[in-house]
Amino acid sequence: MSSLTVTALTKAFGATPVLRGVDLHVPAGTLTALLGPSGCGKTTLLRLVAGFDDPDSGTVAVGDRVVAGGPARGVPARRRGVGFVPQEGGLFPHLTVAGNIGFGLPRQERRDGGRIRALLELVGLDVALATRSPHQLSGGQQQRVALARALAPAPSLVLLDEPFSSLDAALREETRAAVSTALQAAGATAVLVTHDQAEALSMADQVAVLRDGQLVQLTDPQTLYRSPQDLDVATFVGEAVVLQADLSEGTARCALGTVPVDGPLVGGPARVLLRPEQLRLSAPGAAPGEILARVGAVDFYGHDARIALTLPDGTAVTSRLDGAELPAVGARVAVTVRGSALAFPASAGTVRPTSVPA
Amino acid sequence: MVRGSRPSASTGRRLGRSPVTVALAVAVAALALLPLGYITWYSVDLGWDGVRELVLRPRVGELLWNTVRLVAGTVVCCAVLGLGAAWLVERSSIPGRRIWHVLLVAPLAVPAFVNSYAWISLLPGLDTYAGALLVVTLSYFPFVYLPLAASFRGLDPALEDTARGLGLSTWAVFLRVQLPQLRVALLGGSLLVALHLLAEFGALQMLRYPTFTTAIYDQYRATFNGPGATMLAGVLVLLCLLLLLAEIRLRGQRGYARAARGAPRPPRPVDLRRLTLPALGGLAVLVGLSLAVPLGSLGYWVARGAGTALDGSALLTTTGTTLGLAAVAAVLTTAMALPTGWLAVRARGRTSTLLERSTYVGSSVPGIVVGLALVTLSIRVTPWLYQTVPVLLAAYAILFLPRAIVTVRSAVEQSPALYDDVAASLGASAPDRLRRVTLPLLAPGIGAGAALVFLAVVTELTATLLLAPTGTTTLATAFWSASSALDYGAAAPYAVVMVLLSAPATVLLSRDARRGLTP
Repeated sequence: MSSLTVTALTKAFGATPVLRGVDLHVPAGTLTALLGPSGCGKTTLLRLVAGFDDPDSGTVAVGDRVVAGGPARGVPARRRGVGFVPQEGGLFPHLTVAGNIGFGLPRQERRDGGRIRALLELVGLDVALATRSPHQLSGGQQQRVALARALAPAPSLVLLDEPFSSLDAALREETRAAVSTALQAAGATAVLVTHDQAEALSMADQVAVLRDGQLVQLTDPQTLYRSPQDLDVATFVGEAVVLQADLSEGTARCALGTVPVDGPLVGGPARVLLRPEQLRLSAPGAAPGEILARVGAVDFYGHDARIALTLPDGTAVTSRLDGAELPAVGARVAVTVRGSALAFPASAGTVRPTSVPA
Repeated sequence: MVRGSRPSASTGRRLGRSPVTVALAVAVAALALLPLGYITWYSVDLGWDGVRELVLRPRVGELLWNTVRLVAGTVVCCAVLGLGAAWLVERSSIPGRRIWHVLLVAPLAVPAFVNSYAWISLLPGLDTYAGALLVVTLSYFPFVYLPLAASFRGLDPALEDTARGLGLSTWAVFLRVQLPQLRVALLGGSLLVALHLLAEFGALQMLRYPTFTTAIYDQYRATFNGPGATMLAGVLVLLCLLLLLAEIRLRGQRGYARAARGAPRPPRPVDLRRLTLPALGGLAVLVGLSLAVPLGSLGYWVARGAGTALDGSALLTTTGTTLGLAAVAAVLTTAMALPTGWLAVRARGRTSTLLERSTYVGSSVPGIVVGLALVTLSIRVTPWLYQTVPVLLAAYAILFLPRAIVTVRSAVEQSPALYDDVAASLGASAPDRLRRVTLPLLAPGIGAGAALVFLAVVTELTATLLLAPTGTTTLATAFWSASSALDYGAAAPYAVVMVLLSAPATVLLSRDARRGLTP
C-alpha cells in the first residue's frame, strides 16, 4: 500500500474550471473522505487520480511514483495499480461474480477458486454467491463485489466514488461497515468520495472538504466538526446554530446570553457557532436572567429529538436532546449553553441554511 | 446513466472518437444520402422550368390525390384497429390475451405484396380504392398495434386507479388519462404506417392501384430512365421527408415518464361482461382477415399448383441465393452501423447526431427511389458496377441501415464507458478491454441488428427488381414474376418460404414490442 500525494492539481472542462489547485496527502493505509456538495469537483479529482482523465496542471503521485503531470507522459490507468469502485458498482453484466472479481488477476489465478473465495470472505459475502450474475445481487452485495474486484490485484490505492449513495438507509449502514472492515483488513489506502457528512465523519481517518474546486480543509473528523475552517464548512458538516454576537474578553454576548468563545477573534462584532446538542433546556424560573424560549416544534427520532425554539428577540434556534424527556409544543423553556461557542468574523459571507440530518 | 460516462478530454486515447471511426461514419452517411443527393442534383440540373413542366401536370395531381387519400384512409383505419385491439389485449378481461397478442403481430410475417396477392388471387374485383385500403390496412395495422400495446403496458395503473377514485367512468378514464399518455405511441405508429405506405410498391402494383411508386416503376419500365420517373421520385421523397420531420419532432417529446420508483402493480383488467362475445368476434374477424385469409389463400394455391408447377430445384436455388444475399447484406450493414452507433453514444455531440440523422433521412427514401438512383448512377458513373451484386448490397445497406444502427446503438448504451474505465483500472490493455468487455457486451445487439437486416432483405422486392443482376432471382422477385404472369400456383411456394423465414422476426417483435421495425 502506498500514500497518495496530489499537488496543485487543476482541471477545466472547456471554459469551466472544475479543480483550481488542489493539494491533498493521503498517508498509506488510511481512509480519506472527499466531502463536498455535488458539482464541487470531487468525482473529477477521483478520475484524475485513477487516470481516466488527464489534469491540466499539477501532479499526482502514488507513493514515490509520479503518475500524472510529471516530466514524462502520464501513466495510463491500467499501469497505475489504482483500484476503482464506481457509484453503482459497475459490475460487468456479462460475467459472474467470480468472473468480475477475477477480472484483474493474471490468467492462472482467475481459475483459482481459493483466491476468489478469500476475496469474497474479505468483503463479508457468502462464497456461494460466486456463480451468481450481478443482476441477481442486491445493491449492497454488488458494492461489496465491486470492492473485492478492485482489491483483487492488490492495488496501491483504492478509490470509491459515492459507493453507498444508491443504497437505502438500512443497507447503507451495513455495507459501510463491511467496506470499512474489508479496507482495514486489506490495509488499503483508500479515498472515498461522498456528499454525506455523516458517512465522511464516521468512516474516515481524515476528511478533505472540497468546495468550488478547492480544498477548504483537510483534517480528522473530530477536528473538522469542532473547529471548522469557516461557517460554510461548519454548516456543511453538521447542523449548526449561528448567532450574531459581540465579543469581549473571551465571551460572546448573543441571543443566548453570555457564552464563552474559542477562536482567534478577540473583540467586536462576530458570528458564533454552536451545535444544537450544546443547547440544554430546563423548566423556567430557576435562575435570574435566564433565557426563555418558546418550543415551536418537536421532531422525535427515537434515539433523540430536535426541538425548534424561538428566542425572545425572534431568533429561531434548534436544540438536540436525547429522547427521554421532551417539552411540549408551545411550552416555555429555559435555554442554557454547554461548552463554548466558536467565533467567526461577522462579514464572512452568507451562511447556507442549516442542514437537516438524515 | 452512470456518472463515470461524463465526456472527458482524453476520450481520444480510448476507443472513443478516433478519426478513423469518424471517417467511417461519414462514409456510411454519405452512402445513405446517395439517392437523396442524386434526386436533388438531378432536379437542380434540370432547372426550375424543367421541374415545373414535369411536376405540375394533371397526372401528378391524380397520383398525389390517390396517394394522399390512401395514406389518410389507411392511417385512420390502422389507428382505430390498433387502438381497439391494444386496449382489448392489454386492459380488458378478454380470454386468451397472450394468444391474441401473438396473432395480432403475426400479420407482419406476411409481406404486404404477398397479402395483396393472396386477396386479389381470390377476389379479382379488389382493384379499387376500397380494395387497396382493405389490403394495406390489414398488412400495416400491427405497426400501430405494437407500440400502443407496449405503451399500455408501460402506463402506471395507479394513475387509472386515482382517476377512478376521483369518480371517472371507464370511458372517461380512457379519454382523459390513458389516451393522452398514448398520444406519442399512436402518432408514432401512424407515421410509421404512412412512411411504409409511401414506399409500398408491390402490394399496390398487384392491386393495380396507381400511386407514386407504381407510376415511377411504370415510367422506368417504359422509358428506362426518363426525367419523368426521377421527378415523380422527387415528389415522393418530399412527402417522405415531411413525414420524417414530423417523426423527429415527435421523438423530441417522447412520452411521459412514470414519476414514481419501484415496480408498477399489474393492472386490473376491465371486465367486459356482456361485451366479451362481440369483442372476441371482432378480434376473430380481424385476425381472420389479416392472417387466415392470406395463409388460407397461400395454402389453396400451393395445393392447386402442387401437381403441375412446383419446380423444387428452382425453389431451392432461389432460396439459397436469397439467404446468401441476405446473410452478406446483414453482415455488411451491421458492420457499417457500428461506427455510427458507437459515436452516437460514446461521442455525443453535433457531429454524431448529424451523422446518425443523415443515415435515417437517407434511409427513409422508398426502395423504388433507391433502386432508380443506383441504376442511373451506376450506369453513368461506374458502368462496370451496373447490375452487379455490390450495387444491390449497397441498396440493401441504404434501406436497412437504421434497423442495424438502432440495435447497435442501444447495445452501446448498455455498455457505458464506465466499464472501460473499470477494466483499465484493473490493468486490462485496450485490445484486452475490447475482447473481454466491449465485444461481449455488444454481441447481442449486433446479432439482433444483423437478424433484423437479414429478415428485411429476405422479403425485399422493389430495389431487388430494379438492381438484381440478370439471372439472379430472389424469393421476392421469383414470386413477383410468377404472380405478375397470373401464375398464382407457381408463385405460392416462394411466398410460403418468405412467410416461414419472416416468422422468427415476428416472434422477436412481439416480445420486444418497444422496438419498432424502423427507428
